[in-house]
Formats: sequence, structure tokens, C-alpha cells
Amino acid sequence: MSRQTSQKIAFAILTTLAVIVVVPIVLVVGYIVVQGIGAVNWEFLTAFPRDGMREGGILPAIIGTVILTFGTAIVSIPIAIGAAIYLAEYAHDTWLTRAIRLAIVNLAGIPSIVYGLFGLGLFVLFLGLGTSIVAGSLTLGLMTMPVVISTAEEALLTVPQRFRVASRSLGATRWQTIRQVVLPNALPGILTGVILGLERAAGETAPILFTVAAFYLPRLPNSPLDQTMALPYHLYVISTQVPGMPLDVQYGTALVLLVLVLGMNVAAAIIRSRFRRRRQW
Amino acid sequence: MVNKFSIKNLTFRYGDDVALRDVTVDIPEKAITVLFGPSHSGKSTLLRCLNRLNDLIEHEKIKLEGQVLLDGHDIYAPGVDVTELRRRVGMVFALPIPLPMTIRDNLTYGLRMRGERRSARLNALVEQSLRQAALWDEVKDRLDEPAIRLSGGQQQRLCLARTLALEPEVVLLDNPTSGLDPLSTAKVEASLQVLKADYTIVLVPHSVQQAARIADLAVFLLGSELVEFGPGSELFITPHDKRTEDYVTGRFG
Repeated sequence: MSRQTSQKIAFAILTTLAVIVVVPIVLVVGYIVVQGIGAVNWEFLTAFPRDGMREGGILPAIIGTVILTFGTAIVSIPIAIGAAIYLAEYAHDTWLTRAIRLAIVNLAGIPSIVYGLFGLGLFVLFLGLGTSIVAGSLTLGLMTMPVVISTAEEALLTVPQRFRVASRSLGATRWQTIRQVVLPNALPGILTGVILGLERAAGETAPILFTVAAFYLPRLPNSPLDQTMALPYHLYVISTQVPGMPLDVQYGTALVLLVLVLGMNVAAAIIRSRFRRRRQW
Repeated sequence: MVNKFSIKNLTFRYGDDVALRDVTVDIPEKAITVLFGPSHSGKSTLLRCLNRLNDLIEHEKIKLEGQVLLDGHDIYAPGVDVTELRRRVGMVFALPIPLPMTIRDNLTYGLRMRGERRSARLNALVEQSLRQAALWDEVKDRLDEPAIRLSGGQQQRLCLARTLALEPEVVLLDNPTSGLDPLSTAKVEASLQVLKADYTIVLVPHSVQQAARIADLAVFLLGSELVEFGPGSELFITPHDKRTEDYVTGRFG
């Protein structure tokens, strides 16, 4: 076989494999859109559920997911970014930093249902927060942290070392260097990590199962210690727990969740590409 | 001639490697001192010892013996403010490293980090330092453009100007013309000849020829040791040490 022929065959195989990656996402999204688009209208997005959730809208679930996503952000962003700065900029290779890194890797590998049980044990019961937005946000925040720490640390490390040396040689302190040079240039990468982490939190069911999610709550939560409905859990409930549930309502709910999550994904992509065009190095 | 730096029996170890062995030399004020020698002779290490830039690399691996006196004060003594030291002893690197910001912000960066807020003063220093580095005419209309858009030679003069804007007493230059064409190199060298009236300049040169062109005091290093030093006008013509002679005449290197 000539070299050209074997190259053509290799490229053909690689192209096929790459296309195979795209097929499921197109099918999943396409199927959900086709099945669910009929149910999505203004009332569906802005009304409370009626008639055992078979009628009306999913407003409390949408609002609940948005609130939980913000709660997760408040919990995880400061801690995760602080940890990432410490690891990337200050930490030497000691037993402590090795232990921290090991902990992060392990946190990332823990199944989400375990986070849910942990949140139930620590936040809901032991700390007495009850089934509440606070408990749910803390649980989701914990789960999100490893992703955000890893991506933020990577973003910090992509800022070239020479900028740090130049800044220090001009008499800036280490903290000034981080604030003025490193963080501004790492920010888009950090934001991408944050959004990817929050996106996962928005779509998770298991961690909120015991910590915050309400089966049916035909009103909006009135305090951070209140329960709330949330889209992923609502989807689970109407798909498995409610007899006689119209199929298009289920797919409509899935579609709303999908648009929310994919929308965050697109936002992350836009931030990344805008920054690449503006980048000065 | 007054001495700006007195280096006394300086030995610098990095891990198990000895980068400098028992170096003793005085660096005169308001003159150009050139540290030259082949690669790995320790010249850049010696230069970086003068503003403690070596402290930035893993300092647990670094061991330093001897003294470096700046105006009679040991810069390695406990309690020395390193950021203030680096303000007094500025550094220009081999490759220009403009920070990812505008030309103006690059120039005012060090001052702003020291807490200077008065824009009149910042603007005055921007112009003054750019003139000193022979760059003012080329960039005066584009101060708010990203510094990365400048050519390599302009970037290097920007880095020199940025250091001068801090009003240092000493300017260290680590092979500042390595990436520059002959014309830009000549501009930088001409700037240095003017600057030495006001600043103490210590330079690791690009070549022996460059060393011979600009050295007031020439210091020859080889294999981590100081071989000899002397006025530039003499060392390159009548070296005392055979090794210096072999190196400056191109028998090795």
C-alpha cells in the first residue's frame, strides 16, 4: 500500500470517528426539541403548575434552578478561585500542597449522590439548615469546586512566567503582580471554568434530592431557608412519579433545562473566543 | 571614582552547582561596567545577584555566601526591602518583555505599584523616560496602543524606558541587544552612553566586540570564577591573564 493510500485511509477513519462524536448530541438535542417544542409557550415558562403538575407551567422550577445556580456560584467561586491562586502562585511542592491536590482530584471523582447524602448529613441535619436553598447551594458548591479549581489553576498557569518576572523586577510585590498582571490575563479562562462548573450544578439531580428540592411547591421560595423546586428534579418527578403525565410536558421541561445549560456553554465559548482576539501576547 | 557596588567574596550555589565562586569586585558609580565571558561563566547570575532577582526562583535551593554592598549596605541583610531595592536597581532582560497592557501603562506600572497616583507626574515621567531611551519620537502618538504592537527593537527600548521611569540609581542589562538588528543595537548603545552620566550601568554584553565598544570597566568571568577586571580601554588591548587574552582574541568562546 502506498504512503498516500494509507494516509487517506487514516484520515477517513479519523473523520468518521469525529463525526460519530457529533451524532449523539445532534440526535439528543434534535429529538428533545422535536418532542418538546410543542409544549413550550409563554404560559409554560411563566405559570405555576396546576392539576398535579399536568397542566400550567414550570416557573417555580426555572426560578429555583436559577437561584440554586447563583447560590452555588456564591459558595464555590470565592473558595475555588482563592484555592487556585494559592496553588498556582504561592504553593511550593510540600506534603500540604500534595495533600490538597490529592483531595481535589478525589473530590472531582465522588459520585454526585454521595454529595447529596453528605449534604443531607452535614448541612440539613447536623447544622440544622433543613431542606433549604442554603443547604442545597452549599452541597452543589462543594461538588462544583474541584472543576473550578482545576480550570482556574490551569488558566493562571497559562499566563507566561516572564510577565511575573518583569513585574517583580519593576518593584511590584507578589500580590500586586497577581492582581495587576496575572489575574486580568487569566480571567477569561477562570470564567470559563466557573461557567462549566455552574452548568454541571444546574443540571444535577442527586445533590439536591435530599438537600433542597421540593416535590411540588406551587409558589416561589420566600427565604434562603425555604425549599424550592428545581428543573432537573422536577423532570425526574414528572417522568417517574406522576401517572398520566403528558409526554410533551416532560420533553418541554427537558428542553428548557437543555437550553439553560447549553446557553451557559455558549456563553463560555463566546468569552473564550472574544478574549483570544483581544489577547496581547 | 566612587564605588556603587562592592561585591566581596561572593559565592552562589544553586542546589549542588556552584554558579559563582568567590567573586570580589567593585562596580564604579556612573560608568558602564561590562560582565563578559562565555556561556555559563556566571555573568548573568552575578548580574541578577545585584537586585536579588535570583530570589524569585526556588529560594530554598539557593545558597549565598559573601556580601553585596550597595552604597556600603549589604543588600542581603535581613530586613532589606526587596521591592525598594529593585526600584533602585532596575533590570532590562535579554528578550523584551512588555507587560500585556498599553505602552503608557507599561511605563507607569512600577510607579503605580509604588502608589504614585498623580497623573501629571506619571505623564512627565513617561515622556522623560521615553526620551532617555530614544523612543519618544516613534511612540508619542500611540501611547495608548498595546505595547506588543511595537517592533522588537522598540519593545526593548520601551523596557529600558520602563526601568528608567522608576528613577533608579543602577540599571542592569542582561544581554539587552541579543534579539536586535545592528541599527537598533546602535540606538541602545548610544542611549547607554548618554545615560551613564546619571546612572550606574551594569551590562552583560551580546559579544566581546560590544563589550570592547562600551565598557568603562570590564570584568571577565570564566567557569564561575572572576578571572580579571580592568578599565575597558586596557583589558581588551593588554590583558594580564592568558585566558582573558585567548578569549578576547577569539581563540576560544
